[in-house]
Amino acid sequence: MTNEVLLDFNNVTMQFGGVTALSDVSVKIFRGEILGLIGPNGAGKTTCFNVMTGVYQPTQGSVVFNGSDITKLKRFQITQSGIARTFQNIRLFSEMTAVENVMVGADARKTSSIPAALLRTKHQRAEEKESYDRSMELLNLMGIADRASDAARNLPYGYQRRLEIARALATEPELLCLDEPAAGFNPAEKQQLNELIFTIRDRGYTVLLIEHDMSVVMNVSDRVVVLDFGKKIAEGLPSEVRSNPDVIAAYLGVPDDAA
Amino acid sequence: MSRLWELWKRLQSLSTDVQVRWKSMSRVQRLSGYVLAVLALYLAPWWPKIPGIGWLVNTPGTQFSTVLNDQVIIFVLVALGLNVVVGLAGLLDLGYVGFYAVGAYVVGVLTSQHASLPWLVVLPIAVVVSMLFGVILGTPTLRLRGDYLAIVTLGFGEIIRISAKNLDWLGASRGISDIGRPPSIGPLKFGVIDPKPYYWLGLTLVFLVVFCLHRLEESRVGRAWTAIREDEDAAELMGVNTFKFKLWAFAIGAAVGGLAGAHYAGKVGFISPDNFPLQLSILFLAAVVLGGSGNMYGAILGGIMVAWLPERFRNFTDKRVLVFGIALVLVMVFRPEGLLPRRVRTKSPMKSASGGQEVAQ
Repeated sequence: MTNEVLLDFNNVTMQFGGVTALSDVSVKIFRGEILGLIGPNGAGKTTCFNVMTGVYQPTQGSVVFNGSDITKLKRFQITQSGIARTFQNIRLFSEMTAVENVMVGADARKTSSIPAALLRTKHQRAEEKESYDRSMELLNLMGIADRASDAARNLPYGYQRRLEIARALATEPELLCLDEPAAGFNPAEKQQLNELIFTIRDRGYTVLLIEHDMSVVMNVSDRVVVLDFGKKIAEGLPSEVRSNPDVIAAYLGVPDDAA
Repeated sequence: MSRLWELWKRLQSLSTDVQVRWKSMSRVQRLSGYVLAVLALYLAPWWPKIPGIGWLVNTPGTQFSTVLNDQVIIFVLVALGLNVVVGLAGLLDLGYVGFYAVGAYVVGVLTSQHASLPWLVVLPIAVVVSMLFGVILGTPTLRLRGDYLAIVTLGFGEIIRISAKNLDWLGASRGISDIGRPPSIGPLKFGVIDPKPYYWLGLTLVFLVVFCLHRLEESRVGRAWTAIREDEDAAELMGVNTFKFKLWAFAIGAAVGGLAGAHYAGKVGFISPDNFPLQLSILFLAAVVLGGSGNMYGAILGGIMVAWLPERFRNFTDKRVLVFGIALVLVMVFRPEGLLPRRVRTKSPMKSASGGQEVAQ
């Protein structure tokens, strides 16, 4: 972890009609760290993700990535500028094979379009091979290369989760956002996931992790940010956050007489 | 009924047998297989003369080679183009006849109505103009999705037809006659009587289109289209410029539709707005869905069926449409994903090129 700010989430407010999903949230993500984003259901974690990846335009505030403002960019441009994500509810291209799914991600860095594909130029063939090799490499890294040519919908749940990560990594991001990657995993699988996240970080990616599961977040994160009702209520080392009374109150509730 | 079922089962096992045998053949054997198949297709006008099974394909009441060109080739070309839009990119287009009409009208205008350029020169112009119409329609409308897109495209088909009907410049409801024909080369005479040269030309166009579309499907472009069809939002978040690729799908689809229209105009020599009714759009879509949306070869088969079946049953006179309708319903009941459903491509794009076969763990 360095002191270089990779992503600066600047006083973001996000309103849907009368509902304020995020109110004046500021988060800095440093290059090379694993930042955990936690909070009870409905706290605004996924909304945070959606603002960062361009799914929503924030009502106020800005997102600065690598020194440039990405608030107004289109979604695919944000991906191309180096932010990739997975989805809370798996959203693979279900009728494509595993390797093709990853190749779609790898294609984000490629340029050959219709004319090149029609003429099958040297450049285009080289890009195709690059996409394919890179995708197989990532499937290997995720440990799912044995099912590379199966349709994504036919893969077991754990494979699908990891395939989502592989697909996101294929876009060559600097920041990888994982939205509840441990959902539905058993303790052994969670352990594997922890190791996988470390491997990903060691390869030079910065990781933003949304997770309910404390065993994952607390073990993996360098720092933790806690949201509740769209507000940031705590930020710090996992051990600090764990003992923060506001956080405990948010998760466990406050007794009526104490309130 | 049980007999039919048995026959169906037997046909299925036969097709798997053929597939297995095909896979076990050597390269030379396969190549010669392809050559023979292509040759057989070029000789299709004589199929009804084959003893024993010729009657099965023959179309009573209409010359078989006329059906081959005016119906089958047109529908196959159109189905190929529409399959890119509907089957690959997943964009429901109910006004595809519009592009077909644009192709035909460009040929009409430039070879007869306002100029007398040769057909062969106009053909690429027709394709490019249709493509432009695809872009013009796509730019504002591709922000819409699903049903909304379908309704807008439905309107587009009608706008083209009604414009043609009301613009004197386009011949209004009189249409355009004396449209230029393809140039005759040696013994290949593109005249009024013999439809065979048109069929051969059309078949060549089909091969050309299949070749090009195959290359597109097996590339970054094809993957982008499929990803958009499967989950447009996820595709965009994985870095696919969804708008650009949807526009390309529309443009390519329109270009192929325009090509079909140009071929049609060159053959019949006369077009009028009545040749491009809304019903044709529906039949085009039926061809793609019936054959297997998303599978190029399915679309071809669907095009053949939708074009040929009504002609095959022409001697049922006014009941032929009923027979055709029943046939469509039966296919949809027994093969809901079409005659040749789209397959997940299990073959990796370049298996041999890299160590893609290593197994992890």
